[in-house]
Amino acid sequence: MIPLLGISTQALFGQLLLGLINGAFYALLSLGLAVIFGMLNIINFAHGALYMVGAFCAYFLLNLLGLNYWFALIISPLVVGLLGIVIERTMLQRLAGLDHLYGLLLTFGLALIIQGVFQNYFGSSGLPYAIPRELTGGTNLGFMFLPNYRGWVIIFSLIVCLATWFMIEKTRLGAYLRAATENPALVRAFGINVPRMVTLTYGFGVALAALAGVLAAPINQVRPLMGADFIIVVFAVVVIGGMGSIMGSIVTGFMLGLIEGLTKVFYPEASNTVIFVIMAIVLLVRPAGLFGRTA
Amino acid sequence: MKTSVAIVALAAALAWAGSAAAQNKNVKIGSLSDQSSLYADIGGPGSTVAAQMAVEDSGMAAKGWKIEVIAADHQNKPDVGVSIVRQWFDVEKVDVVVDVPNSGVALAVNNVIKEKNKVFLNSGAGTSDLTNKACTPNTIHWTYDTYALANGTGNALTKGGGDTWFFLTADYAFGAALERDTTNAVTKAGGKVLGTVRHPLNSPDFSSFLLQAQNSKAKVIGLANAGGDTTNAVKQASEFGITQGGQTLAALLLFITDVHALGLNASQGLTFTETFYWDMNDGTRAFSKKFASRMKNGNVPTMVQAGVYSAVLHYLKALDALGSNPNDGAKVVAKMKEMPVDDAIFGKGNIREDGRNIHPAYLFQVKKPSESKGPWDYYITKATIPADQAFRPLSESECPLVKK
Repeated sequence: MIPLLGISTQALFGQLLLGLINGAFYALLSLGLAVIFGMLNIINFAHGALYMVGAFCAYFLLNLLGLNYWFALIISPLVVGLLGIVIERTMLQRLAGLDHLYGLLLTFGLALIIQGVFQNYFGSSGLPYAIPRELTGGTNLGFMFLPNYRGWVIIFSLIVCLATWFMIEKTRLGAYLRAATENPALVRAFGINVPRMVTLTYGFGVALAALAGVLAAPINQVRPLMGADFIIVVFAVVVIGGMGSIMGSIVTGFMLGLIEGLTKVFYPEASNTVIFVIMAIVLLVRPAGLFGRTA
Repeated sequence: MKTSVAIVALAAALAWAGSAAAQNKNVKIGSLSDQSSLYADIGGPGSTVAAQMAVEDSGMAAKGWKIEVIAADHQNKPDVGVSIVRQWFDVEKVDVVVDVPNSGVALAVNNVIKEKNKVFLNSGAGTSDLTNKACTPNTIHWTYDTYALANGTGNALTKGGGDTWFFLTADYAFGAALERDTTNAVTKAGGKVLGTVRHPLNSPDFSSFLLQAQNSKAKVIGLANAGGDTTNAVKQASEFGITQGGQTLAALLLFITDVHALGLNASQGLTFTETFYWDMNDGTRAFSKKFASRMKNGNVPTMVQAGVYSAVLHYLKALDALGSNPNDGAKVVAKMKEMPVDDAIFGKGNIREDGRNIHPAYLFQVKKPSESKGPWDYYITKATIPADQAFRPLSESECPLVKK
């Protein structure tokens, strides 16, 4: 063991790995935000609330219908995605073409309403959700004890992130989407149903939030405020990465997870603040974010 | 603006003149709590319900008293708490502030209440400083404090062989007080503290801190935090195999709502100190049943909420004995200290000169899932710490009100 900055390299590896796992959540959530902002130009403040609804959905599936974690991983994003489609069709669509601020206010209000309703019925301390049987226990990596579930989180979210990036940047569907954000009128002239594409994109974005919610359920309590605590940090991640940049949000998510992890070792008191400090610096130096293009 | 101020002043003057002529039998109780965040289930709306139940059970309405309960959310921010109570005193004419979890907020509000000569019946906050350095003639600390928690749990675990400790501490007044008091209890019992890590309030992820605790090789990992922080830490500790690795987890402050949220699988075996459990005797069971029926989520009362009930009940008894509301906080508190406390919740007790309400504390252990007979059947009583030993002895007090 070679000590580095006062702690052993072994312990440091462990902390870095934990940072990456938290980064996986940041990446997954900020990815959904980036997709929605990139394609719809909506700053989706309801993202955290829908992440929470995803986790509650998993809880209800298990306790009311007896469907376990693996079903929840598929059904919960579908349910929340549908909810998102309803929200887009009935409310957000009316704001198309207006200033960003309107979308922000609407989604923020929605988030408060959804959280308020859940808090009214379930209180603030939350409900238990156990780790699926297949993933209990852990593996001794030599430098740390890694719970199998956390290992699963990091691998699964990486796959989802990369698949999303691939779909948007490398496929024909993705090309339509990107074209529609650049110039919707022109894309519509080619006979492509742009409003439907926008609706589906919003549904997909919030489905990613629900997926993150299901992944988080066994680690955190299923709490009405689990998203509210998280969403501010995730917004900071998106701002640092550059609004709307897909790869930017994935890389920044993991990177900030690492930085936060290191802060927890060297100066734990600041671990909830460090991301905002970085955000301030990035905004000063590169206002468009690390991966953003200046308009 | 000026005219409205004048009207308010005139109205206040008239009200005052009117009340001076007749006897003032109006009382306004302000329940200040965390209504929406990590401590909301511990106090929050339940504390308001408890205060209302105490008003109803006091029978004061039949004697011509008009008692009103109002509530507000301090959002765990001392500045928000202070501005709420200032408004309560100056505009709403509140006489007594109850509950106030979060030691940071409680200590800030404590000063304002003394300055305005009102009454502070604290149930929710932990810091033992409220009846020590920060004691005032207007404040009574009702339910528990960090000294009692440390003394109960720290002492029992250290004497049971857990003689090396590592703390995960919430980084604010309460965590610091709990860590300090537990460190004293541990070293007094012959143990040693190996290290500590201070985490921000309301942290979603404890894995990094738990890993540091694991690497310290301490026998006991003390959680000097509360509410959502404690439940997350306990849940993640079981994920990282902390207890399987031979380390003991000590939740220094655990509430029944936390155990309910964790489920017995994750929380079984935890040992901790509390001063109230709903299933102790007929009195506590009857109160809890009535309380749960009035809660939207059907929760039984936590010790904080039970404490609010008991404190308000005693406050009203003192007012009844005084015959009218004297609008003098210190006078009411002096009367409360003079009268013995006796109710169905904490049994017989008394309030000391430093403002500490004295009653027994209990060392509880969380049941195994197989031992529990149903929802909320969660605790086994391991030991009773008698009233005279549960709290900081007056001989160690730094409170200026204590005559030595």
